[in-house]
Amino acid sequence: MKYIWLIPLLPAAGAAINGLIGIRSFSRRVAGIVACVMMTVALGISMVAFWQLLALPAADRAFDVTLAQWIPSIPLQLRSGAIGGMQVQWGLRLDPLSALMLLVVTGIGTLIHVYSTAYMADEPRGGVARFFCYLNLFCFFMLVLVLGNNFLVMFVGWEGVGLCSYLLIGYWYEKKSASDAGKKAFITNRIGDWGFVLGVFLVYSVFGTFDFRAVQNAAATMPVETASFGVVSAICLLLFVGATGKSAQIPLYVWLPDAMEGPTPVSALIHAATMVTAGVYMVGRNAVLFSHAPMVMEVIAIVGVLTALMAASIGLVQYDIKRVLAYSTVSQLGYMFTAMGVGAFSAGVFHLMTHAFFKALLFLGSGSVIHAMAGEQDMRRMGGLKKYLPVTFATMLIGTLAISGIFPLSGFFSKDEILFRAFQSNKAIWVVGIITALMTAFYMFRLMSMTFWGAYRGPAWDASGHGTGLPSPSDRARDTRVAAAHGAPHPADTQAHGHASEPAHEVAHGPAEPDDAPAGHGHGPWHGPHESPTPMTFPLMALAIGAVVAGFVGIPAAIGGPNALEHFLEPSFTAERVDAVTRGGAAGEAGSAAALNARAASQARAASQDSAATTEPQGSPLIEITLMVVSLIIAVIGIAAAYKVYVVSPEISEHLAENWAGAHRTLSNKYYVDELYNATVVAGTFELGQDLWTFDRRVVDGAVNGTGWVTVISAWFSGLTDRTVVDGLVNLVGRICEEGSYGFRKLQTGLVQNYALLMLLGVFAFVTIYLFVR
Amino acid sequence: MITSTHYMLLSAALFIIGVAGVMMRRNIIIIFMSIELILNAVNINLVALSSQSQNLVGQVFAIFVIAVAAAEAAVGLGIILAFYRNKETVNIDEMNLMKW
Repeated sequence: MKYIWLIPLLPAAGAAINGLIGIRSFSRRVAGIVACVMMTVALGISMVAFWQLLALPAADRAFDVTLAQWIPSIPLQLRSGAIGGMQVQWGLRLDPLSALMLLVVTGIGTLIHVYSTAYMADEPRGGVARFFCYLNLFCFFMLVLVLGNNFLVMFVGWEGVGLCSYLLIGYWYEKKSASDAGKKAFITNRIGDWGFVLGVFLVYSVFGTFDFRAVQNAAATMPVETASFGVVSAICLLLFVGATGKSAQIPLYVWLPDAMEGPTPVSALIHAATMVTAGVYMVGRNAVLFSHAPMVMEVIAIVGVLTALMAASIGLVQYDIKRVLAYSTVSQLGYMFTAMGVGAFSAGVFHLMTHAFFKALLFLGSGSVIHAMAGEQDMRRMGGLKKYLPVTFATMLIGTLAISGIFPLSGFFSKDEILFRAFQSNKAIWVVGIITALMTAFYMFRLMSMTFWGAYRGPAWDASGHGTGLPSPSDRARDTRVAAAHGAPHPADTQAHGHASEPAHEVAHGPAEPDDAPAGHGHGPWHGPHESPTPMTFPLMALAIGAVVAGFVGIPAAIGGPNALEHFLEPSFTAERVDAVTRGGAAGEAGSAAALNARAASQARAASQDSAATTEPQGSPLIEITLMVVSLIIAVIGIAAAYKVYVVSPEISEHLAENWAGAHRTLSNKYYVDELYNATVVAGTFELGQDLWTFDRRVVDGAVNGTGWVTVISAWFSGLTDRTVVDGLVNLVGRICEEGSYGFRKLQTGLVQNYALLMLLGVFAFVTIYLFVR
Repeated sequence: MITSTHYMLLSAALFIIGVAGVMMRRNIIIIFMSIELILNAVNINLVALSSQSQNLVGQVFAIFVIAVAAAEAAVGLGIILAFYRNKETVNIDEMNLMKW
């Protein structure tokens, strides 16, 4: 366990190797091997660490590692007025929550790395190395995020995964829509991070420390802010703003659907399994803190459930297979936040874990479908692929059943836990959640129907094996619009994306040429859909197994299960306490030494007082079982409806689209949220930029120019002085000489007698002087 | 008896007449004559005092003065002749080429 610092460092080393050397020199195979080996070893160490953690008694499951000092102690004033010394360590902590997240990240990460070796095989050599470098870098940052034991280390990981998300979404950066999507993701994340950072600062200001454990313990001693919106509520609200950005909740979810521009493994890893769950993890980490702010918890629950509903409704009408899954991710994240909001922290983390399995499975499966269809992503041009892609079909079916919440797959247990806790807290949230579950089942089976069942609607291929592989003229005409986001026009379908002219192609070979549209794969003429190679199907199968069995760790007590996960995670969601009596102990003292004494006592009290409400007093098991049955029935209704509408009688969907054209259009245009943001925030920012530029030109440059003008004018005045006064004096002297000489020359009369007279007068003067003065 | 005082008075009178002639006469020849008169007045003074003091220096000096006066008259007349050749006049009021 003391080697947990290796777990993030191995992917970091892989990223460094691939980034510095690999892009230049590694072949595709070597780059892939380097990345996968690093992840596999990290997975191995994670599993060892987890096993070692399990070996400890339940109350002691925590292990801190401090690597180095980051910020030495700086005196800073706290909110209370005292001067605290702010210091931050590079510290990692292994406790049940972070161990679980470790396994999720490294496990699913490794599978996706393996998948990517086959999926990205058509990319240029340097591009493959770059991809694996970024992917490893992402895993490094995500592991730092989940292992960090204080807010700042977690924030390093938080920001880093945002960066890697940008890099990976914009992997095909030459495609404008991809680079735009990358920018959108990063900027929207950044807006959330603004709130997060303010929350972190406020945490320090109130608690005097960034360490999670210290903050939880200090918060446990504070009163629950039921009536008023106090400082703890402010902290929690700001942290939640960060979570909305990172985990794609209302209002900052808009980046996630656009993020599907990235390669499918990226969507699977980052936007399904790990990065978007960072917000959920953060709330879980600070469970005690959030429990002390019931108003914010309500906000979280409401935002979560509304996001779930809204995203599910948009996903009902999307035609791009990845967009359906993207909105599904947003919706499921909404479920997780609903769970967090009603106080069911371990239920939210449980759903995080099961969702990671089945959503990654679904994304990788969709990637397999896209790979088979040579880059086609529009479901209207798929259909009947079941016989060509058996493994993909079977695994995706398992994933779809899991997400729809069918017993006994994993999604059933986790979603049901959330719905049960929501029912206990607020019936309205439960109703919205059930409606969303209906929609989830419906749109997922719509996806399956349009892709795998029914008649094949895609482009033709040359089944003879050789030849030019040219499609028939009608197909060719249709194929020339493969570059468009939506091929076949739909009666009531307006641009569901807003950039219909952008290629929906996964493969970055630019817009498809008409005569090799199906062959834009780099394999030569397309030979029809084929099952994917083993590096792609193996992760699908592994994840399918996970999707089936992962739920069994959380079987609730109502139907006789041990509810192992909740008990396992509980220490992470409660604060350590010195003693039930000495409640007002200082934060730092609730450390390991004193806690050892009162573990048993604290466990019992944790359930009652100001711990996170993980073990609420259970309602009757009857209610729980009833709710399970209700949600099962709802899921089955959704599935049946989808099957009827899309497989049995496809004309119903067109009929509905015509009759409900307004609603259809609103949903297709995603409630016009992007347009709203563009018109207000984006346009507003540009306006502000223009105004500031005008200010810069007029005021700032004006001031500078004005100073120049002042200088010029004052110089003119100086010149005036110089010209009149100084030159005047000089000229005056000259004039005096001139005028004087005019006067003096009158002496020269030229008359000899005048000269003689003057001589005489001079003689007389001398004689006078001689006679009288001597 | 005729003392040196009479001679000095005569000398003075001649001197003044000479100076007045230099100042007031228009003709340059007359001015030269007046200059000669001044010089001769000085001669009389020198000789009288020499006779009175029984010193021969005065008389010798008078001889020098006569020589100088002669030379000077020669030179001066030469200048007048040169000037007359240019300007055709002996009126000193018209000899004002050195006027500003």
